[in-house]
Amino acid sequence: MADRALRPGDYATWAVLGLGAVIMLLPFVWMVSTSLKTGDATFVMPPQLIPSAPTLANYSKIFAAVPMAQFLLNSVFVSVTSTVIMVLTCAMAGYAFARIKFPGREIIFYAYLATLMIPQQVTLVPLFVIMTWLDWGNTYQALILPSSFGAFGTFLLRQFYLRLPREVEEAAFMDGAGYVRIFFTIGLQLARPALATLAVFAFMASWNSFLWPLIITSDQSMMTLPVGLSFLNGRYTTDWNVLMAGAVIGTLPIIAVYVFAQKYIIQGLATTGLK
Amino acid sequence: MEGVTGRGKYVALAVLLLPSLVGMGAFYILPIVSSLVLSFTKWDLLTPVQWIGVGNYVAALGDPAVQQALRNTLTFILGYLPAVVAGGLGLALLLNRKLKGRTVFRAIYFVPVVTSWVAVSLVWKWLLNPQYGLINYGLALIGIKGPGWLFDPNWAMAGVIMTTIWKDIGFVTVIYLAGLQEIPENLGEASSIDGATPWQRFWSITWPMLAPTTFFVTTISLISSFQVFDQVFVMTGGGPVGATTTMVQLIYKNAFSYGQMGYASAISWILFALIFAVTVAQNFLQKRLDKSDG
Repeated sequence: MADRALRPGDYATWAVLGLGAVIMLLPFVWMVSTSLKTGDATFVMPPQLIPSAPTLANYSKIFAAVPMAQFLLNSVFVSVTSTVIMVLTCAMAGYAFARIKFPGREIIFYAYLATLMIPQQVTLVPLFVIMTWLDWGNTYQALILPSSFGAFGTFLLRQFYLRLPREVEEAAFMDGAGYVRIFFTIGLQLARPALATLAVFAFMASWNSFLWPLIITSDQSMMTLPVGLSFLNGRYTTDWNVLMAGAVIGTLPIIAVYVFAQKYIIQGLATTGLK
Repeated sequence: MEGVTGRGKYVALAVLLLPSLVGMGAFYILPIVSSLVLSFTKWDLLTPVQWIGVGNYVAALGDPAVQQALRNTLTFILGYLPAVVAGGLGLALLLNRKLKGRTVFRAIYFVPVVTSWVAVSLVWKWLLNPQYGLINYGLALIGIKGPGWLFDPNWAMAGVIMTTIWKDIGFVTVIYLAGLQEIPENLGEASSIDGATPWQRFWSITWPMLAPTTFFVTTISLISSFQVFDQVFVMTGGGPVGATTTMVQLIYKNAFSYGQMGYASAISWILFALIFAVTVAQNFLQKRLDKSDG
């Protein structure tokens, strides 16, 4: 679609869109600005958008006060691992549901779909009890495993394989390959776009997940970024410059990911959201 | 694909399906069933489980805290839902005009969607600070004395609502943009030849054709309205005097502060019932609307 010639109404549209963009970005600008201020400058009125004496002291303060680097590392490890497991198990199960006929297939698939109706909060108490019995409090497996499986991804991949023509696979079958080999050599490659969409969703959900990590971690060394930030919130209630430094550290990685994966995120969301 | 023998098929199932089955069983099915059973018991994790039938449900429906959480949710929905849907639709309509820079705007509106709720809540808590916050400063510039926001029981929910609209509006915009792209362009052109104003064109063509999108967006937003937790936990902790307490917060408090596992489970099933009812009602409405359109 080519851009057409400008009309008078276009300037009004730009003005509204521009105002909207300022409203969306100003909180982030303010967050960065405050994080660079000294304690006194934080409470100066009128507020300074650009700090007169910028400092990185709040960042060093935060890294000294809490294991911020550990929070980051935990978040990365937990999100990446659960995303990998999620993508792999969903693709395998989606392929099995689409290609292999077996007794009870429909019932099991409906049981999967039924879990989509149940809000996550319903599972919190039993999950906590199970993890406590296993003595898995403050462990990576407790942070990772509950967000490593899902009906949504299985459904997404099952639909993908159902729409995929079987011809390519048929040839491999003729050569005597089994389902497992065909899935790993052909099925996985063909599903790359669907897998990328699922990976982006799974990663963002895990990265931003708060309630479950809040419940299952009490040890600072095991906290993820959101839980660590919430912990800071309780500790530095009025040190806004320090809290904003924490918010910057918590925000930057995901915005960096977003800048690179923007197309995948927005288009993946728009297309899967409607189907 | 009939070439695979019975035995080979079950080996394939064991490799491909079993990991998912075990995971779904352990982290979804088992907890869901246990939660339902627990909701009919009294249990503090330490003493033996005690069967009390529907006792928790009866207690929850009479619990002033639950009633307050439900009222708060209703307030939240009334403030949040129309604004986020109308705002998102408005932005999508503007972005749908083939203007330079629209992909940049779309990208900007989406930034809050990807940002974690905890970070966003911290920033807005600071923006809404009554004395030094940017929002009350801005209001003072135009001669308005801003309220105490999160410290004022009458204004705390408004602060939470504003924050949530800001975070979610980009999501609604992107979904509506996808819906708008499905509308054939020549439909709009044909009626503009007939002399219809943009306003008439919107109500006679765009809005009806966006109905599925509107249903989708409304359902998703309604469901998430019942599940509000992160922003409230960070911004207000449910206060002041319970003005922003939500259902999920009651689940969290009862289970992990008061050790009432059975009661917390019952509240989570009441939450499920509410979400389920909303979804069913939405589906019913959509079907009726589809029919009346012929």
